[in-house]
Amino acid sequence: MPDPTQPASLSTVGTSPIRKEGTAKVLGQARYVDDLHLPGMWFGATVRSTIARGRITSIQFDPAIPWHEFTIVTAADIPGENTIVHLTKDHLCLASEFVNHPNEPILLLAHPDRALLPAAVAAVTITYEELPGVFTIEESEAPDAPTIWEPAAADHHHATAKNTFKTYLMESGAAADLDHIFATADHIIEGEYHTGAQEQLYIENNGVIAECVTFDGIVKSVTVRGAMQCPYYLVHALELVFNLPEEKCRVIQTETGGAFGGKEDFPSVIGSHAALLAMKSGHPVKICYDRAEDMASTTKRHPSRSRHRTAVSKEGKILGGEIEFALDGGAYVTLTPVVLSRGTIHAAGPYHWPALRIRAKAMATNLPPHGAFRGFGAPQSIFATERHMDKIAKVVGLSPEELRRRNLLALGGRTATGQVITDTVDMQHLLTRALAESNYHAKRAEFARTNPTSAIKRGIGFATFFHGAGFTGSGERRLNSLVKIELTPEGRPQILVASTEFGQGTNTILCQVAAETLHLPYEDILIAQPDTARVPNSGPTVASRTAMIVGKLVETAAQKLCVILTNSDGLPPSYSPADFRTAALAYLAQHGTLVVEARYQSPGDIFWDDENYRGEAYPAYAWAVYVAEVAVDTTTYSATCTDFYALQEVGKVLHPVLAKGQIEGGVAQGIGYALYEKCVWQKGHMANNQMTNYIMPTSADLPPIHVAFEEIPSIHGPFGAKGIGELPMDGPAPAILNAIEEATGIAFTEIPLLPEDIFERMTRTPDAGTEDLNPTIDRDTRVEPEVVTS
Amino acid sequence: MRSNASHYDLIAPATLDAVLEILAAEPGHYTPIAGGTEIMVALGAGRLAQKNLVSINQIKELRFIETTPSQLIIGSGTTFTDIRNSAIIQSDFPLLTQAASWTGSIANQNRGTLGGNIVNGSPAADSPPALLAYEATLTLISTRGTRQMPYADFHLGYKKTALAPDELIQSITLKRIFTGYIPYARKVGTRNAQAISKVAIAALALIQDDTLEDIRIGAASLRDRPSRLTATERTLRGQTITQDTIVTLISQARATLTTEAHPIDDIRSTAKYRAAVAANLLEEFLHSLMNP
Repeated sequence: MPDPTQPASLSTVGTSPIRKEGTAKVLGQARYVDDLHLPGMWFGATVRSTIARGRITSIQFDPAIPWHEFTIVTAADIPGENTIVHLTKDHLCLASEFVNHPNEPILLLAHPDRALLPAAVAAVTITYEELPGVFTIEESEAPDAPTIWEPAAADHHHATAKNTFKTYLMESGAAADLDHIFATADHIIEGEYHTGAQEQLYIENNGVIAECVTFDGIVKSVTVRGAMQCPYYLVHALELVFNLPEEKCRVIQTETGGAFGGKEDFPSVIGSHAALLAMKSGHPVKICYDRAEDMASTTKRHPSRSRHRTAVSKEGKILGGEIEFALDGGAYVTLTPVVLSRGTIHAAGPYHWPALRIRAKAMATNLPPHGAFRGFGAPQSIFATERHMDKIAKVVGLSPEELRRRNLLALGGRTATGQVITDTVDMQHLLTRALAESNYHAKRAEFARTNPTSAIKRGIGFATFFHGAGFTGSGERRLNSLVKIELTPEGRPQILVASTEFGQGTNTILCQVAAETLHLPYEDILIAQPDTARVPNSGPTVASRTAMIVGKLVETAAQKLCVILTNSDGLPPSYSPADFRTAALAYLAQHGTLVVEARYQSPGDIFWDDENYRGEAYPAYAWAVYVAEVAVDTTTYSATCTDFYALQEVGKVLHPVLAKGQIEGGVAQGIGYALYEKCVWQKGHMANNQMTNYIMPTSADLPPIHVAFEEIPSIHGPFGAKGIGELPMDGPAPAILNAIEEATGIAFTEIPLLPEDIFERMTRTPDAGTEDLNPTIDRDTRVEPEVVTS
Repeated sequence: MRSNASHYDLIAPATLDAVLEILAAEPGHYTPIAGGTEIMVALGAGRLAQKNLVSINQIKELRFIETTPSQLIIGSGTTFTDIRNSAIIQSDFPLLTQAASWTGSIANQNRGTLGGNIVNGSPAADSPPALLAYEATLTLISTRGTRQMPYADFHLGYKKTALAPDELIQSITLKRIFTGYIPYARKVGTRNAQAISKVAIAALALIQDDTLEDIRIGAASLRDRPSRLTATERTLRGQTITQDTIVTLISQARATLTTEAHPIDDIRSTAKYRAAVAANLLEEFLHSLMNP
């Protein structure tokens, strides 16, 4: 711990102080939204559709329920627009005529007695004229598919085809020459890869409490507090639903028990609902979902399909590629175009593509809308690319390592968007270090020797990847984030940001940055609970942007604070914490208050072309090599990840303990994504919406996770920090399936990969056809026989 | 919480006699609740049909492990933690210790009872395969007195048991006759902990001079109730088990198992997978007998 009496030892960045809200959490004093009670508060519940798609024909209320005691809200009660605004307005706040997915909200109920609500919800019978639904990408894109969604004229810049939310065409290098490149390549390697939906499974379900002030039946203001990542997203949703100016929509984030993206866009739904009930009932209204409702009704990770076609020289150099990347967006657009964008850019991976064409599209289905989840499209496309790299290696006759070595990006190279790599990261070195420290080569040799006589087949595989930090392209410029630091009456700096803490460490790292900049002890820095009446919009807490972007703004604001106190003659050039407090109090005595601010300014060298998807996609990337070891038990057909090694270059690590925790948690989530977590859909209903049957791995299923960092300071973040939040979600699934192929010789192409899937594949009779690798077209019959490298 | 707790009635009499009186007064009106690890889940999910509950969690007379030279008697209110902590069960009935360790979470093991696990009647329950292999005897108690029955006769169908509405399981008796038996237990769940079985096997074998003198195989999730694989046992019992015979033996055993396993497709797994893995477990068991 730093000794506050010794200015020289004040350094806090790079150390691991106790997290700001940690003590309250450990002592059970932290108050989550369902711990809060407001005077006169009622409870809300949601009546939802029971079918995937149809027209509502009647709504009946069972007379056995004393409905006069309840507040009932329908779409007709909405004072503003019936919409949950994201990128477009297709998503209704409450369905009125049509429903487009199971569990779509139709009516809201409120009552003072929470215990009466489930029976009341069950006593509302809604009948429908059912319409045909589509439930997969393939069903949605079929030429004869029913039209379940059409773009509004205003959204034709996203897409024009039926059932299509968004398309991108990204062309890179000599894309115009791809026909020729494929015609003359030594190898053309094709592959198709699928990933499933995934539930975020934050510990605390979605929940809010809303208050509403009305006068003469007119809504004057609304206040919503609850678990969330992005208070200002909810402010903007409320502005439309209530037709109020921004300053009349107040949002307060309460202590939040995990999010992973699941509390990025969804609080706009539940927050608007609770506020409508508060408006109509005249009482504060709390809505907290239980686990079953949360799992069945809220957003999940987008399922995906990737098709790769790659031209490769016989030396294993990638010559050109075509990638088709498709997402299942669910019933409404929500954030899908942005997820598609990140997935599209990351599909190229950390490789040099002389020519590349990516066609991406997001399709509508009659599932609940898919939304944000850690990684945001990148885990989907990276899974496909990293499986495909192993396939290319096998066809060309190189080891997975050598294939990558011949194609990895390096300093001065260009990414698929044309961005010049200026990070001095050396992926060749990361690969060497990761394979050495994970003992990859020795294990690979050992398993090749022991597997033939063992019922348990072991394998080791890896993935090389990068993840862009911050919003894509011009996103950060548009966000225009603002950060403030004020002095409290006691002379302590307090950070004012809308960036939220939900377990990942926002409070702690931002305070570390301020402390380091101000040469103050970490303990002297305060951070305000996000309340939009008080904190500026520092942007959403998403996209691995908080440490790098918001952290940098905190650093800038802290520098300004320091300058003001110095210029006011109060602060000597080399000051102690006591000097700082004296100067701060003197300033406050003279001026009353001191608030400094810092607004995002785009670095001069960042250029992005939204039309053609060219330019600096992200200010900085985190680079990683993840190595997974697996055991496939041929008695039970189950694959277990038995050891895991994660090496990443993330710039300066602000807080080593939190950073390691982020990586370990992300890897665990990635292992769940690969081997356990399967959403079982039945006509759009999640059939396993309980933790008994939606299987996330427990500590008993997880391997030791070895975490290693390389730190090359980036100019874009405070003290050189980049982003790490999403990175660890990207690598585990492909590394694990690559290892399973090493272990079994079977090239699985789909996750989640459950024992039943391995069983089907291992026990299939030969005449039942094959999905084994080798849809390879050898253009050149003179190709050398495959060299098997070990 | 999807149920309205005010619609439920819970009474907690102080003695076993008082509980039995209540059950006898209006058979079927009250449902006994012990650890509540099953019933409380149903209550939370809003699907607990029984509105009147009589707690037996506080009845100390049902929570005991009694050892005699020839047998072990386990009170029905004994928790899985009690079972895991019992040295005598560990030494004489290791399959039961193992089954207790498979059950739910540590919290579940602290609350859940052996009697509750049996009465609940799930075909996937963890402890029944071991109890079937050990040929447990149940003692049932009511105001009418006590009666004993082989545990093998207790499960009548899917979640149907021989327990009368006024009865409780008082205890489970195991004979201490398994010295020399080779145990085998393996649960294949959806994950390594806090999981419900896709298939599980608990088995015992006694080998003398390369001959399978005795073999007992209890299984979970292969039929509509916990079951003993008696046909497979018959195929194997008395057979010579050596390097020369093992391949034939395994193939016969697998074939017989196929005739008596009737697993189903459900949310956790497929019938095909369950049948194949059960046969693989059986094979693993037989291989383990070659190098005990």
